[in-house]
Amino acid sequence: METVPVESGLLLAGVLFMLGLISVLIRRNIIFMLISVEIMLNAAGLAFIVAGSRWAQADGQVMFIFILTMAAAEVSVGLALILQIYHQLKTLDGDMASKMKG
Amino acid sequence: MHLTFYVASAIAVLSTIMVITRYNLIHALLYLVVSFLAISIVFFVLGAPFVAALEIIVYAGAIVVLIIFVIMMLNLKAEAVEQEREWLTRKIFIGPALLSVVLLAELAYMILQSRTTDFNAPMLDAKAVGLSLYGPYVIGVELSGILLMAGIVGAYHLGRQKKKVVHRFLESTEE
Repeated sequence: METVPVESGLLLAGVLFMLGLISVLIRRNIIFMLISVEIMLNAAGLAFIVAGSRWAQADGQVMFIFILTMAAAEVSVGLALILQIYHQLKTLDGDMASKMKG
Repeated sequence: MHLTFYVASAIAVLSTIMVITRYNLIHALLYLVVSFLAISIVFFVLGAPFVAALEIIVYAGAIVVLIIFVIMMLNLKAEAVEQEREWLTRKIFIGPALLSVVLLAELAYMILQSRTTDFNAPMLDAKAVGLSLYGPYVIGVELSGILLMAGIVGAYHLGRQKKKVVHRFLESTEE
């Protein structure tokens, strides 16, 4: 059975992370920015899985579970913030939320 | 094995490109689900079936459904798509994309320069992950519990609507 080289897994994680980074840079809609952060977190988890599979240790999968927990907490708080911003500013434009008030 | 990995990676990259170029939020989320399913197949090929199941349940299930619920609450109309098309012009796109591609090329150069090693394709099942999770990493589990607790309290506090207190007699005089 032929196997996959480690570099291809790491390159896939790198490409996915770059796509998320591009999206978070070019988008103005805050929901799209949140989705992009999810893509980047998932790519980081993929790199952990690749490393854990390379050395045949379960630590990589444990780290992925921690990343998963963090992503779930982050997306719930982020969506609550998006709802508050939309109710206050009546728009999803991230640039409109550049001023702090009180 | 070989082919499965590369086909799933290609699907993951293509659907992620579709996610970041869509104007409609719901279409982007559907492509995001496809991307997560493809990455789940990659996990399965790499010998991590437990994490592959978690990826589908938590990412493609819980997180995407949460975002869909928020979109339903926001009640976006067709103007939102038009506005998105207005915001995402080529002029905005090209600069960050080029700089990120340069960074990716440097990363790929550094990865590919090293000696090539193959996966020894071990199957790490849920038992090994659980023994590691509740053995040496038990402090991490407790910290995750605290983080989730903080997330719940934060989401409740931020998501609460301020009640507008108007006396009913005052309200009736306004009408």
